Amino acid sequence: MGLEGAGIAVDRGGRRVVAEVGFTLSPGEILVLRGPNGAGKSSLLRAVAGLTPLAAGRITLDGAAEVEARIERLVYAGHLDAIKPQLTVAENLAFWARLGGGDAGAALDRFGLSPIADRRAGICSAGQRRRLGLARLMLADRPLWLLDEPTVSLDAEATGLLASLLDTHAARGGMAMVATHVPLGPGPERVLTLAPPGPGSAADPFLEAWG
Amino acid sequence: MRAFLALLARDLALALRSGGGAGLSLAFFMVTVLLMPIGIGPDGAVLAAVAPGLIWVAALLASLLSLDRLFQADAEDGTLDILALSPLPLEAVAAGKALAHWLTTGAPLVVAAPVLAITLALPGSAYGPLIAALALGTPALSVIGTVGAALTVGVRRGGLLLSLLVLPLYIPTLIFGARAVSLAADGLAPGPALLLLGAVSLFAAALGPFAAAAALRVNLR
Repeated sequence: MGLEGAGIAVDRGGRRVVAEVGFTLSPGEILVLRGPNGAGKSSLLRAVAGLTPLAAGRITLDGAAEVEARIERLVYAGHLDAIKPQLTVAENLAFWARLGGGDAGAALDRFGLSPIADRRAGICSAGQRRRLGLARLMLADRPLWLLDEPTVSLDAEATGLLASLLDTHAARGGMAMVATHVPLGPGPERVLTLAPPGPGSAADPFLEAWG
Repeated sequence: MRAFLALLARDLALALRSGGGAGLSLAFFMVTVLLMPIGIGPDGAVLAAVAPGLIWVAALLASLLSLDRLFQADAEDGTLDILALSPLPLEAVAAGKALAHWLTTGAPLVVAAPVLAITLALPGSAYGPLIAALALGTPALSVIGTVGAALTVGVRRGGLLLSLLVLPLYIPTLIFGARAVSLAADGLAPGPALLLLGAVSLFAAALGPFAAAAALRVNLR
């Protein structure tokens, strides 16, 4: 049970950015992705989210390999926050709540965004926008969280809040894959260190030539 | 359906707020048409002869104006990724976007057209068919444009490429739309042209969302 990946390879722009990666993640565990810039952490997360097709290997969630089945059970927070600057903080979250279900008010409270709920997202600080992006995690009760650099521009308090949310999520049997350079607290976590694939591992010689 | 309406309401709100560009297309349409009598001269007979084509070409260009940001804004801020993972299928996302585009650009053109018809000395008998033609034809512009916008979502400054892709596909709408109005202006029955115009829109509406969704999937990779 849980999330398993074996022999995963991901191509991006005709170049192999993740090669021969495998991992297992059981319910209640948090997998931290580490590695230098360009090691393929984001690409691996996008592949697990089903946004990028796998070039090789397979990913199964509770034994099911279908991407559609996985997408319904995960929530993905990329390094972009998916926020519309023209809408207020509350409107941004209410849109995601109406689209995928969940209680926007409770999520705003949880991330301390209620005082700025009526502020336009465009004039919020980078940290506030990131908190708004992460508040989306609280909307739908999904077992698998995929977080790409979630702590960027968060202050110490908000980072602590995120760590405690991850602990709570794991304690309830949830799973999370987190790409981060920052330690996320004392919780039970496993580390997967990625290295960039070496040169000459181009997936498609045609695209490589025109790259 | 709830998710579809949520997307539609959000896109309408975004278009109507500052920088959304909903009024921009309408203003462009009116200014373009109002420039014509100044350029061509005040001769009513000449203006009336070219009015159907002018109004339709202006409508085509006006609907192009706001198309390039249709998916690009969502792609740039990460919204498109989350939409692709949402319970709403991408086909429905594309249909919602096309509908929002029509409501904010196509529908205002239909309302503004009679005013412009007066300035172009169009005969009174052609007013009704002009409104009918724009109401029937502009949905095709929005849907075909949505496909073009989905194809160019990954292209930096894709606006020009989008115009080159989409304008040739606008030709059937332009032909039947302008023909319906000029037939009515000559006192003939515009019915067949209007029916064909509606057929183009229905055809586009049936296929467009699927084509746009396929293009979005390729671009997400």
